[in-house]
Amino acid sequence: MDPENWKNEILCRDKQLSILLSLMGKNSQATPPAIFIYGHSSTGKTFLSRKIIEAKGAPQAFVNCIECQSQRLLYEDILGQLSGMLPCVQNDYARYARCETANDFVRLLKNLIANEKWEKETVYIKPLSQDQLKINVKQGVDNAERLRNMEGHILPVFLRLSELSDCNVCVILLTQIIWEKFNATSGYLDPVKINFPDYSKNELLQIMTLDAPKEYSKAFYSSYVNLLLSIFHMACRDLSELRHLALMNFPKYIEPIEKGDATEGDAHKLWRNIEPHLKKALQTVFLREVSSSQWEQYQLSDTSTLPPLLSARAHVELPFYSKFLLIAAYLASYNPAKSDRRFFAKSHGKIRQTKRMKKAETSSQLTGPKAFQLERLMAIFYSIVDVRVAPTAHIFSQISTLVTLQLLSQIGSGDQLDAPKYRCCVSLDFIRSVSRTVNFEVMKYLYEFAA
Amino acid sequence: MVKKKEYGLKEADDEVWDKVQDLLRARICQNSLPENMDGTFQSQREHLTDLIRRCATIGESNSALVIGPSGAGKTMLMSSILSELAKDSKISGNILQVHLNGLLQTDDRLAVQEITRQLRLENTIKDRVFGSMAEKLSFLLEALKKDEGKSQSILFVLEEFDLFAHHKNQTLLYNLFDISQSEQTPVTVIGLTCRLDVVELLEKRVKSRFSHRQIHLFHSLSFEQACKVCEDALTLPLNYLSKKFCTEWNSHVKEFLQERIVENSLRHLYDLDKSIRSVYSILLIPICRLGPSHPRLDSADVLDALKMSSCDSKSAMLQGLTILQLCLIIAMKHLAELYEGSNINFEMVYNEYQKFVQKKSHSIQCFGKPVCLKAFEQLIVLELVRPVEGSGFTGAKLTPKEYRSLKLLVTPLQVVETLNSFSGCPSELKMWATNPLPS
Repeated sequence: MDPENWKNEILCRDKQLSILLSLMGKNSQATPPAIFIYGHSSTGKTFLSRKIIEAKGAPQAFVNCIECQSQRLLYEDILGQLSGMLPCVQNDYARYARCETANDFVRLLKNLIANEKWEKETVYIKPLSQDQLKINVKQGVDNAERLRNMEGHILPVFLRLSELSDCNVCVILLTQIIWEKFNATSGYLDPVKINFPDYSKNELLQIMTLDAPKEYSKAFYSSYVNLLLSIFHMACRDLSELRHLALMNFPKYIEPIEKGDATEGDAHKLWRNIEPHLKKALQTVFLREVSSSQWEQYQLSDTSTLPPLLSARAHVELPFYSKFLLIAAYLASYNPAKSDRRFFAKSHGKIRQTKRMKKAETSSQLTGPKAFQLERLMAIFYSIVDVRVAPTAHIFSQISTLVTLQLLSQIGSGDQLDAPKYRCCVSLDFIRSVSRTVNFEVMKYLYEFAA
Repeated sequence: MVKKKEYGLKEADDEVWDKVQDLLRARICQNSLPENMDGTFQSQREHLTDLIRRCATIGESNSALVIGPSGAGKTMLMSSILSELAKDSKISGNILQVHLNGLLQTDDRLAVQEITRQLRLENTIKDRVFGSMAEKLSFLLEALKKDEGKSQSILFVLEEFDLFAHHKNQTLLYNLFDISQSEQTPVTVIGLTCRLDVVELLEKRVKSRFSHRQIHLFHSLSFEQACKVCEDALTLPLNYLSKKFCTEWNSHVKEFLQERIVENSLRHLYDLDKSIRSVYSILLIPICRLGPSHPRLDSADVLDALKMSSCDSKSAMLQGLTILQLCLIIAMKHLAELYEGSNINFEMVYNEYQKFVQKKSHSIQCFGKPVCLKAFEQLIVLELVRPVEGSGFTGAKLTPKEYRSLKLLVTPLQVVETLNSFSGCPSELKMWATNPLPS
């Protein structure tokens, strides 16, 4: 291991690197019992800590708390990695030991360290989580956020592991969430906190330039990345996302050069070619509306159009009465009950002073759907369907089907039969397209839009 | 015999610095005992020593609670007493120790198992079945009786005592205290906890069997004493390594602690938290950085450490947001001020954001709703924005994402401060943060 050599590999993390290296010191030296590393996603938390711990060569375990959803899995995984006995074909899927509780874990860890003569070395445990722990004799935990959701005593146990086991253990927690949100009750030992700040625009540029393909010069690629950042940087600072986008759109950028329409020097021409393309990418690939492979295909063949977006495909074919039930539910959710008389009664009295009524403080399109009762839904339903419908079992079963399709949602689980309450969960666009298929003008009946 | 080479701070090589670090790190990181504890907690110390000694020699049963805030030195005091008593063969031969920790022994079954293990009675107990816990405990104690029928004294140390009080029916505590009250076996139960109201947690029958002997450990260090503790922690014993080196080092430590910056940072930490642990925390980095190329404790490192431990982590996270996310947070801040107390949802935030982008801003790109929603969900993951409890995130009460009511977990002051130090922040945004849009 030679940290000097890493200078080329690990960019823009000098300060964090030097702090971590000096905290860990030699393997035989004591380390702080716990180190807490926080920062946004893809700021190099996992990469850097893994690299350092691996270079140390001390006994180590990397755990991801997303994978270990129960404490038993977490403990057995850590012990398995430390002892080198992970379940696999060769050893008939044997584990190091059965370990259900924190008590057993600490005892077994002590035994293990004593047997392997590691007393002198630091063990790293790194639980990674969106709450992660690392254990080496130094350990690491990744995605440490999830440790909070396990039983209350697990996190304090890990934080005090070196004290409880009387061995030189260092637990590293990696997470996106700040320490104050972890620390709930007593018994918590404050770890050493290290912040990994986000990369600035220049640093992003510097790191992403490393990806430059061989055929093109670094300067050329970095000017391309610069263009890309000018479109995306406001919405996205995530390094891995940006790298992915850069690599995917690069073929389109160099297309004019390959065709011979432009040279590497024609920055302006290349920019005009790529800009609309990148803007489109922001609406589609960035949101995963089309998959990356679909996007690549679309780039290669000039003519083909984009496949329909995921969100645009959200069109559902429903039975006739279900459509009307859904429309009725939408009207009931977004119209105040007092306006029902005006819209749906055959002979309503004079409409008094609509102007004042309209001055409700916030529009219902902003505050969201309100709950309504079954009777109101049925009343609106009968008044908007022209044909006479009998309230058969089919109609009611269609309502519960709409609930299971999550187009409606039922509120309050208590009262299933008497006066259940519902809320409509679909958007205005969706309801408009549904009402168009049955020739119903939903806008005329909406309190906010009706004249 | 080879004459020991004399070297000073400057001539010392890697090996020497490693040894220095070994010693200092062990002191700071592992809560190991300071060598001279004289003066601190003298009366508490005598009290506890006396209890244990009487249990070992006369066979008196007792119980006591050591109470103090975390980091006050409860565990340290306990282990220093035990290591001192271990030197006295009359006592150490006469008493068995059982250490339990509320974090590890989370229920009574585990605790009894652990007691059996620590008393080395696994073989005796084998497969015997017991009707109750009292029966099992008394069997265990019976098995320890010596030949002449004289019972063996046992010392129970219960760390995180308050967690034991949460066990069902407090059976373990009841039995331990009951033994200490009635039976012949001399038992001393010592609980360590940081809850001041721990006695209120005990059931009435358990409370009545407890001797109500409470020993309080509070942070009683004055600032001068805290500095002295630091100096002690950094000082090398003269017989360690070479004499010249140690004297030079120790005088350097004295100088170092008198530097203005160091003293101020110590004072700052001391004002926040009087525990020794927090005062130690800023020594860690200067010590870790020692080496041949860096042979002195550096006050700049102290500042680094102070910055690391006291930086507002939420502001640090806010610095890493995108411009779009900042816009959303500012919009939320204004909405929260406008509709005090009522619910805010994404739809309203987006509406506010759009108003800003269309009317007030020229340099900020307008993003569509899906892009904003993605940025917003990231804020929820970072827990800067929190969904209000019971606002329908689970199956039956499903509400559309856009309409879930939310709460901003950032104070207005933090927002404004972040914007001031944010690199490349457009000036319109700063304006907007302080002046809400006219409605």
